[in-house]
Amino acid sequence: MARIELSDLAHSYKKGASALADFALKPMTLTWRQGGAYALLGPSGCGKTTLLNIISGLLVPSHGRVLFDGRDVAHLPTEKRNIAQVFQFPVVYDTMTVYENLAFPLRNRGMAAGAVDDRVREIASLLDLTGELQRKARGLTADAKQKISLGRGLVRPDVAAILFDEPLTVIDPQLKWELRSKLKALHKALDVTMIYVTHDQTEALTFADTVVVMHDGRVVQVGRPDELFEKPAHTFVGYFIGSPGMNVIPASVAGSQAHVAGATIALHRHYEVPPGKRIEIGVRPEFARLAPSGEGFPVKIERIDDLGRSRLARLRLREHAVAASVPDELREIGETAGLILEPEHIHVYADGERLEGRS
Amino acid sequence: MGLVLDNVRRDVGALTHIHETTLRLLPGTMTVLLGATLAGKTSLMRLMAGLDRPTAGRILVEENGRERDVTGLPVRERSVAMVYQQFINYPNFNVFENIASPLRVKGLPKAEIDGKVRAMARLMQLEPFLERMPLNLSGGQQQRTAMARALIKGADLVLLDEPLANLDYKLREELREELPRIVRMSNATVVYATTEPQEALLLGSHTATLWQGRVTQYGPSAEVYRRPQDLITAQIFSDPPLNLLPVTKAGADILLPDGTRAPATGVLAGLADGDYQLGFRAHQLGLRAPARPGLRFEGQVIVSEIAGSESFVHLECSGGRWVALAPGVHRLEPGTAISAHIDPASVFVFDPAGKLAHAPAFLSAA
Repeated sequence: MARIELSDLAHSYKKGASALADFALKPMTLTWRQGGAYALLGPSGCGKTTLLNIISGLLVPSHGRVLFDGRDVAHLPTEKRNIAQVFQFPVVYDTMTVYENLAFPLRNRGMAAGAVDDRVREIASLLDLTGELQRKARGLTADAKQKISLGRGLVRPDVAAILFDEPLTVIDPQLKWELRSKLKALHKALDVTMIYVTHDQTEALTFADTVVVMHDGRVVQVGRPDELFEKPAHTFVGYFIGSPGMNVIPASVAGSQAHVAGATIALHRHYEVPPGKRIEIGVRPEFARLAPSGEGFPVKIERIDDLGRSRLARLRLREHAVAASVPDELREIGETAGLILEPEHIHVYADGERLEGRS
Repeated sequence: MGLVLDNVRRDVGALTHIHETTLRLLPGTMTVLLGATLAGKTSLMRLMAGLDRPTAGRILVEENGRERDVTGLPVRERSVAMVYQQFINYPNFNVFENIASPLRVKGLPKAEIDGKVRAMARLMQLEPFLERMPLNLSGGQQQRTAMARALIKGADLVLLDEPLANLDYKLREELREELPRIVRMSNATVVYATTEPQEALLLGSHTATLWQGRVTQYGPSAEVYRRPQDLITAQIFSDPPLNLLPVTKAGADILLPDGTRAPATGVLAGLADGDYQLGFRAHQLGLRAPARPGLRFEGQVIVSEIAGSESFVHLECSGGRWVALAPGVHRLEPGTAISAHIDPASVFVFDPAGKLAHAPAFLSAA
């Protein structure tokens, strides 16, 4: 059980680096609350594995501090940090039974046999492994082995935190949601800090109460899943969360008006735009809808994607590509149409960062 | 070039991997083979390519209205290119040389090779990476390189076996958008294998659904999706899995699995008495009371999966274990009480043999 603080943390793989570009992790200060369910989300190369390795103790950061309940552990090796880890691929002892595999981390620390038995059975029941306890791990499917790995990660009651590194990679797609629901239930039952690293939005948003989105070595947003969807703090978050991602269109903004491609859009809030920055507006396809010609802004239709359950319009607003939803009742669609953006869902970005504006 | 599979079967030992299959692929189109792992997608592609010889039946190539039997003709004597799920490039060649390799084999003049490679690289958005070695590229760039090499051959038949399966979802999203355009420009007959219904809808003019070595249905993708002729096809073409509700029609009522009765309204009124399965996709299961009264079930949330801009709510109720699609982000804690609504006008009805008895009316997509 621990609160984890990253204080002015940064890391460069180069010795004596000073230029920001040399840092795999740009300076960050973050607090991970005890008992929280966190996800670290970003594409490959964003720095999430570097950060995970720093928290787990595989890597000593070049700058800043890592505090577990206020104690600096930045220079402590993994085994002194009292954390459990679950990796992409199963780590199990093939010659042992499922029971022995789960009991191993507890026996290793000298827990009394009765207590070991209670804990192993509790975890096995949470993971639906009770019926398999006496089977040898050898010969089990990759899915089942990964469940044992999860169990081994979760079994110690005294850990400061559990770190998961893309734990569902080997799981069959049809079974993924089942394990996702298990992990959520486990987090509720065990009250331990969990950090889940993934490049998959569904995994991050489903598991976590708080998602830390990383891009290019930086933390670009820390927020609840609904916040990432409704108020992306950075254009990258808008792009990375949601399929397709948010429309980002160059604009000029003055007060509560945006000028886009020759048209004027009334905004919901009032903005003071910093000079000399790249200004864009962002609006998700869910909040942009196609309308008959004559309504909203005139757009050219590139194509209409039939997604089965709904339709998605691919449009050109002047030279800018825009995706918008197509209302079911809109049937006759020609080469041009109108585009309506919901004002309360339009965000304004300066150099990629969302401006708060005032009402 | 069109490709015809005429009653093709493939046995391996005592097992039949592909049951008698007849398919006619039109030139210049894309056909999606949709099915779960081991449904027979790769086996069928290997027959099309000439990598395996059919145990029975013929494979014909159609050119200028004439059919030519190519059964048993080895792959190197056919005009075929193939891309696998696991991208394969020459690790010691840079991207330019990887793409150029089929043209070098053909012995094309240098200037022509240069022009073609650059045009293909532009199409695949690989221009900035032509001098790089494959291992210094992202997964998406490596797979685009492999696809560029397959397409530059100018083969009449291009087989893509789950080419996007190993990529991050953002890259998948982008390549999925580019592929139809690339296919149109290449003018080849393209066959694309996938496990994902969404991909079949987005990519393919035509889809063949596969199950246990059989093609269960073949037709325009939207039509197969909207009028699956049997339960298996509907299940193959649904992700999340198709929700099912077993009912018994008895006079003016339907009997539900929990023993309760409901009035047989709408399409249910027209069914003969007997047992049926109602099938409905996640977006056809509502979590809010609809304007039209329908069937209502009480249950609880198992997990709410959030996929960025929409949520898949897995629930357990008196009707069964179902998944509902809710637009937007909905964080529902496991165990939350929830009611689920079905509009009988929007469900598929299957008879006890699994044949489609009724499909909901759809407005044709514009």
